[in-house]
Amino acid sequence: MKRVAVVGASLAGLRAAEALRAKGYDGNLLIIGAEPHRPYDRPPLSKGFLLGTTRAEDLALAEPAEELGLNGDWRLGVRAQRLDTRAGALTLSDGRTEAVDGVVIATGGRPRTLPGTEGITGVVTLRGLDDAVALRAQLATEPEHVVVIGAGFLGAEVAASARTLGREVTVVEAMPVPLAGAVGPYLGGICGQLHGDHGVRLILGHGVAGLDTVIEPGRRQVCAVRLDDGRALPAELVVVAVGMRPSTGWLAGSGLAVDDGVRTDAGWVTALPNVVAVGDVARHRCGGKFVRHEHWTSAAKAPATAVANLLAGRHLGHCAGGGYFWSDQYGVRIQFAGSVAPTDDVRVIEGAPEDRAFLATCHRDGVTTGVLAMNMARAFTRARRTLAVTATEEDQRCPTCSPSPDCSSTEPGATPREASAIGSSIPSTSA
Amino acid sequence: MFPVCAVDALPDGEAIRILAHVPIAVFNADGSYYAIDDTCTHQDASLADGWVDDCRVECPLHASNFDLRTGLPDGPPAKRPVRTYPVTVDAGMIYVDIGRGEAAA
Repeated sequence: MKRVAVVGASLAGLRAAEALRAKGYDGNLLIIGAEPHRPYDRPPLSKGFLLGTTRAEDLALAEPAEELGLNGDWRLGVRAQRLDTRAGALTLSDGRTEAVDGVVIATGGRPRTLPGTEGITGVVTLRGLDDAVALRAQLATEPEHVVVIGAGFLGAEVAASARTLGREVTVVEAMPVPLAGAVGPYLGGICGQLHGDHGVRLILGHGVAGLDTVIEPGRRQVCAVRLDDGRALPAELVVVAVGMRPSTGWLAGSGLAVDDGVRTDAGWVTALPNVVAVGDVARHRCGGKFVRHEHWTSAAKAPATAVANLLAGRHLGHCAGGGYFWSDQYGVRIQFAGSVAPTDDVRVIEGAPEDRAFLATCHRDGVTTGVLAMNMARAFTRARRTLAVTATEEDQRCPTCSPSPDCSSTEPGATPREASAIGSSIPSTSA
Repeated sequence: MFPVCAVDALPDGEAIRILAHVPIAVFNADGSYYAIDDTCTHQDASLADGWVDDCRVECPLHASNFDLRTGLPDGPPAKRPVRTYPVTVDAGMIYVDIGRGEAAA
């Protein structure tokens, strides 16, 4: 492999570039980032960055010397527009087309929006640094009422930050319990109570029917969020935190299986052995299903495995995608590892939920599947260790991948392989 | 010299946090005592809550490992070392010389 493009310059892309060099890849390394910024850490954007305790320069994921050490050909502020896998050609938004023989897809995604709300002043989403700068500026105007739509981790953290800044905040969640998908209904309910603890109103089980606006000279300003039962919540600032869509438009016509993310096998390899996908954009084969693991830990961990498989041209190994995530809200640290199903038996084994300091474990068929802590990092660290042993055993039993050196060709739903590798028609890049 | 606790109160693999001019974490790793800045250089997390193994502590938040002897992280997300402090044991008590924190280059 002589010219690898890492498409996406956030956490997963940077870790992939680092892994390529660490594993001895000494060819040309293109690093393409849609944002103009050097790789930065996103989790603080909804927390310390909004509060002003974390500065933009604190967010850098690597020191300048480390970035230089990658000896990469950086293209920042440039988007990938098309990938021709047969020709090994990557077309960029600056008009250039680059010949590549390996690709790491790490383009992440963009926030989902509310249909019909485009162009309304006071309605924002949060994903990148520029979004956070804009949201911080809006909060600095001291809007009287802030409504956050979506009580997932992002929405909860933004609500907590806005509340800490003294704003009156309402959170609207369509589901009857917040975070049920992430941590299960029992623990999600406890997490949801944090809002009330701090004077934030949480409205559950109601969708948003629309936004009311006032016409001002040259703009439409939001003034209320209208719920599906007709209620109108006053709002000068609305933060829409209802999930993300993977950024895959540039892969149309590439032949890769794209379906709410780029499908990969358990080793993060697509149907083509020299195209891998990592981070939020990857839809990873996990226990017979394809899952997008929208978590920092997955974006940090998977690239090493993906890149090893990419360089080898075959399935050397795989790694689980989910595993661990955390959230800081209202000064409370929530940590979760493993998995939980709605029917799991949940036991509080240390502390008490009402004290907002406890450790709980989830059990299924006699096996501990997950562990959650609120403000109990030390006990969590230990409990997570026990869980990690179980998870490793689970990995080794993975029926999809264990016996086969390359399971990507056996993926149901994957696009049949049309070429042995992308760029195989380029003489200079054929192995 | 900042008194930490009796040696009996800090078994192998355990850590204790002391509040000096900054929070400092004191560890017992295989019978040897080490002291480092308690706050991870990456994001706000207490290293005293971390997992101690083979003279290293794993941050409880993002799993960077810090060498208890040098304070150096082994890899991302932490980029900068934590300071280390001399530890002495006298008459069954552990002490940290909080005025002699050293940062690895």
